[in-house]
Amino acid sequence: MNARTQAWLWFAQRASAALLGFFVLVHLATMIYAVRSGLSAGEILSRTRGNTPWMLFYAMFVVAVAVHVPIGLRNILAETFAWRGRGLEVAVLAIGVFFLLFGLRAVWAVYAPGAGAL
Amino acid sequence: MDQATPPAGNGSMIKVSVWRSTGPGGVAAGEGRFEAFDVPRQPSQTVLDVVTHIQRHLDPTLTYRFACRVGVCGSCAMVVNGEARWTCRTHVDKVSQDGTLEISPLRNLPVIRDLATDMSEFFDKWARARGQFTGTRTRKDDFAVVSPLSAERQQVDLGIECIGCGVCYSSCDVVEWKPDYLGPAAMNRAWTLVNDTRDQAQRERLAAVAGDAGCHACHTHMTCTERCPKHLPLTSAIAGLKRVTTRALLKGEL
Repeated sequence: MNARTQAWLWFAQRASAALLGFFVLVHLATMIYAVRSGLSAGEILSRTRGNTPWMLFYAMFVVAVAVHVPIGLRNILAETFAWRGRGLEVAVLAIGVFFLLFGLRAVWAVYAPGAGAL
Repeated sequence: MDQATPPAGNGSMIKVSVWRSTGPGGVAAGEGRFEAFDVPRQPSQTVLDVVTHIQRHLDPTLTYRFACRVGVCGSCAMVVNGEARWTCRTHVDKVSQDGTLEISPLRNLPVIRDLATDMSEFFDKWARARGQFTGTRTRKDDFAVVSPLSAERQQVDLGIECIGCGVCYSSCDVVEWKPDYLGPAAMNRAWTLVNDTRDQAQRERLAAVAGDAGCHACHTHMTCTERCPKHLPLTSAIAGLKRVTTRALLKGEL
């Protein structure tokens, strides 16, 4: 991987971190609000199903996580265990794809009108 | 000043543990042990004075490096009681703990013998970071005019006094984790040239300092800035490189 690509990774991690800062704050505030108001799971689902703005918010949240985590993990593994090269790139890419697919699947499950129990 | 540090003069002594190589000369990197010496306390005594006393009066085989003794040449840096310091300008009073000193060679560099490290890689990285000035003028051209008040020149002023002692390099965690990391001093040099309006190799320099071995690997621990004996804002220099390289990246110029 050349220095230019590495610089792009650095930029992507900073940009995704900026987005995550916003997403996490909104997520925590919503969670606390939902719990304090005593909403049941069914009541929460009735609010999220078919709610496109909510779905887009969490889909972007998942994408930001899928970008941010593998890049950070790549640095940690390289610095702590001196793991470098193609094996490391493939491993962290796989982790990113895992977060992306399972994260989007979870968002879809809570959003899709006819989705079954979680 | 530590309460238990013996006062200077009156025959008081300081206990000094000095790293001694036990392996064969030239390949002694990690092999060695601490050896204890008792050194007489003197008024205004520096750590370099202590090491010099040991070599001249207690063990002439002790190997260390120094030149100017006044904080200009950058030769005498060592790790003193756990922190890299310039020993010629470090008073024993300020750093001794319970009347003891522990002196070892700089970290992150191969040891030649005892307290002398091989600085080759440290300076090679200055070259790798495009630390050479690349001008276009000839002796037939007039002098370039650089206003001392310009923002670029003021950035250069902040970093230009580096003496190349290696204290920042020895103190940097990222150098320890990533041996190919350029380190604070090399990138500070690059930053002074990025701000040199006469220099014509900016694109090559930004490419040289970008990526995992360059500015993007810095975690902003700021140990380099804290330990730099010249109080240079090294972390800010690296942050400046991050800003400029990112701008170049987004413009497609990296």
